[in-house]
Amino acid sequence: MAREMTGAAMVIQALADQGVQHLFGYPGGAVLPIYDELFKQEKVRHILVRHEQGAVHAAEGYARSTGKVGCVLVTSGPGATNAVTGLTDALMDSIPIVCVTGQVPTHLIGNDAFQECDTVGITRPCTKHNYLVKNVDDLPRVLHEAFYVAASGRPGPVVVDIPKDIQFAKGSYSKPNEFQHKGYRPKLKGDLDKVRTAVDVIAGAKRPLFYTGGGVINSGRAASQLLRELVKLTGFPITSTLMGLGAFPASDPQWLGMLGMHGTVEANLSMHDCDVMICVGARFDDRITGRLDAFSPGSKKIHIDIDPSSINKNVKVDLPIIGDCAHVLEDLVRLWRASSAQVDKKALAEWWRQIDKWRGQKCLAYRGSNDIIKPQYAIQRLYELTRDRDVYITTEVGQHQMWAAQFFRFEEPNRWMTSGGLGTMGYGLPASVGVQLAHPDSLVIDIAGESSVLMTMQEMSTAAQYRLPIKIFVVNNQYMGMVRQWQELLHGGRYAESYMHSLPDFVKLAEAYHAVGIRCDKPADVDDAIREMIDTPKAVILDCIVDPDENCFPMIPSGRAHNEMLLGDAGVSPEDAITEEGKVMV
Amino acid sequence: MKTEPNEQHTLSVLVDNEPGVLARVIGLFSGRGYNIESLTVSETEHEKHLSRITIVTRGTPMVIEQIKNQLDRLVPVHRVVDMTVAGPAIERELAMVKVRGKGEQRVEALRLADAFRARVIDASTESFVFEITGGSAKIDQFVVLMLPLGLVEVSRTGIVAIARGPEGM
Repeated sequence: MAREMTGAAMVIQALADQGVQHLFGYPGGAVLPIYDELFKQEKVRHILVRHEQGAVHAAEGYARSTGKVGCVLVTSGPGATNAVTGLTDALMDSIPIVCVTGQVPTHLIGNDAFQECDTVGITRPCTKHNYLVKNVDDLPRVLHEAFYVAASGRPGPVVVDIPKDIQFAKGSYSKPNEFQHKGYRPKLKGDLDKVRTAVDVIAGAKRPLFYTGGGVINSGRAASQLLRELVKLTGFPITSTLMGLGAFPASDPQWLGMLGMHGTVEANLSMHDCDVMICVGARFDDRITGRLDAFSPGSKKIHIDIDPSSINKNVKVDLPIIGDCAHVLEDLVRLWRASSAQVDKKALAEWWRQIDKWRGQKCLAYRGSNDIIKPQYAIQRLYELTRDRDVYITTEVGQHQMWAAQFFRFEEPNRWMTSGGLGTMGYGLPASVGVQLAHPDSLVIDIAGESSVLMTMQEMSTAAQYRLPIKIFVVNNQYMGMVRQWQELLHGGRYAESYMHSLPDFVKLAEAYHAVGIRCDKPADVDDAIREMIDTPKAVILDCIVDPDENCFPMIPSGRAHNEMLLGDAGVSPEDAITEEGKVMV
Repeated sequence: MKTEPNEQHTLSVLVDNEPGVLARVIGLFSGRGYNIESLTVSETEHEKHLSRITIVTRGTPMVIEQIKNQLDRLVPVHRVVDMTVAGPAIERELAMVKVRGKGEQRVEALRLADAFRARVIDASTESFVFEITGGSAKIDQFVVLMLPLGLVEVSRTGIVAIARGPEGM
C-alpha cells in the first residue's frame, strides 16, 4: 500500500521497515527534516555521537557483533567528509553499513553552497555503492535497495545522499517487499562440479591446511558451524586471518593460531609447506602472504569467495569456487559425507608431527617481568579473567591489536571487532559503543593503545550519555608502538615523532567523561585492576602502564617469506632481517 | 616473479544508464592503476536505460581478469564481455579529419580519401573535413598520410565493438 509522506518521513519509515533499532548520527542543517521525523516516533532510537567518524565505527561495531546492517545519519559537507574514514574502513573489512547523508537543496548543488560537498563523488571509491536522490519518488526504492546492496553478496557500506528539498517533498512510500533490484544478484551457490573436485583434492592431501577469513564471519553463524564440522570431519589443521578470528574455536587442538605478519610460527610454516590450501573467505592480503613469489610455493590452492574479484588478485589459485561461504561449505560437507572419500591418515599424522614440532617453539613466549608490566602479560590476564564471561572485544590499531589477536582466544564468531583492512587508529572506542548498544548486558572491552584511543576519545561522552559500561583497556607504552617497532627495525632506531609526549592523565580524563579511571603499573596489581574494571557498572578507562620497549613477535619482515620470520629472542639483527626491497613496502 | 607480457583487450560493458555510472567505471580504472586506451559510451537501449561502454585496455592476463571482475562487481554493471576472447568480433572507429591546403595538395588529399573510402562532410575553398570509419590501424594510416597534406586536427570516437554471428552479448 502506497502512503503519501515527505521524503524525511520516508527515511525513518524505511529504516523502521528494515528493522533498524539503532541509528548513529549527528544532526546538521541539511538533515534537520529527518531529525524532526525522528523526534516524532519511537521505533528507531538515535544515538548521538560526538564526531561522524565515530558514528560509522559505532555502526560497524554494531553490525559486526550482530550480523545486521549498521545505520548512520549525518549532515552534508563536513558531516559527510568526516564519515569517509569510517566508510572506507567498512569497505575494506566488508561491513554492511547504510549511511544517509543530507545534501544542500537540489537547486544549490554545484553552487559551492554552505556545507556543500560532492558527497557521491567523494564517497564513490569508498563505498560499495552510493546514490544521490533527486526525485522523492525514487527515495523509497533507493532506501530499500541500499539495505539490499549493503547486506548481500560481499557486504559493504552504501551512501544515500538526500538533498534537503527532497526531504521536504511529498511522495508515495512503498514497503521493502515491493522492490527488486534491477540487476544486482550475487551468486550464493558454488559450482557443484568444482565442489566435487574440491572433495577429491582434499581427499588426496598429504599436508593440508584450512586458511579462513572474515568471509566466514560475514556469511553468518551457519558458516562457522559448517566450517567446524568440515575441519572435524577431515582432521586438518586450521589457521585464520585477523578478520576471521572466532569462526573456529581457539581452544581446539586443530587450531594453529592466527597467520600472517604477526601470526604464529606453526600457522605460517604450515602455510609455506602445505600441499593443499583450502582458503575460505579470505583474500590473500599482503599482511598474509608476505613475499608473493615465495608464498606457499608447493601447494594446490582452493579458494572459496563470494567476490570474483578476490580470485587470482594476488595469488593464482588452482580451484576457485565463487559463492557464499555457508552455501559452499554446506555442499562441501554434504558431498564429503556422501562420497566415500577418506583422508590420508598416515600422511596426516606425519604432518601433525611436523606441526607439533613447530608448535614446540612456543613462538608467542616472551620474557616476563616482576617490575614492569609486559603488554602481552596484561592482555593474557585480561583474557584469563574474562574468558568465562559473555565478552566482546574491540581494538584500536597497532601493537596492542596484534597482541590481542595473539593472546585473546576467541571461541565464537562476532566477538572480535577490529580494523583489519584499513587499519584505522581510533576504531575501537566508538566500535565498543556500537557493540555495547547491541549487547547491553555483555562485557564489552576495547583493547586500546594510548595513541589510537586519543583519536576518538570524545566518544566517551557518548558512552556517558547512554550509560554504556564500556571498558577501555589502555595498553599504555607511551609510543605509537608499531611505528616505534618499525623505526627500530628499519630506520636505525631513530624514533621520529613516535613518542607520545604530554599524554593526558587517563584517570582524570575518565572522570572528566563521567567514567571511572583506574591506573595500574605493577605486574602484581594487574589482576586486581582488571577485576575492578569488570566489576564497575560504569564506563571505565584502565590505564595499564606497560614496558615501552616491547616489540611484537613473531614478525615476518616486509618483503620476506613465511619461513623467514623474526622471533622475539632469535638474535637476528634487524639490519639483516629486512632487505632494501622490503623497506619500501609498508 | 615472472612478469607476463601485456595484452590488449576490448571489453564491452552493459550498464544502467544512471548518473555517475561512467565516473564509477573510470574511477575504478584510475583508482586501481589500470590503463584505458580507448573508451566509448552511449545509451543503446533507451526503454531499459541501458548504456554500452566499450573499453580498450592493456595489462597482463592476471590484470585483465581483475579488471573484468572488478567491473562486474560494480552494482550498476549488468554484463562484462571480453570481446578479445569471446570469439570473433568486429571493431570500428570513426574519425573526422580536417585538412587545409590548396592546389595539388588538395587534390592529393581527395584522391587518398577516396582510396580510404573517407567521405567529405565539410568543404571550403581551402579545407576539407573527411569522415572515415574503420579499424584503428586504418585510421592511423590515413592520419599519417594527411600529415604532409595540411592536417589541422583529428577527432576520433574511440573503438566500438560487436561480436560476429547471431548472438548478442
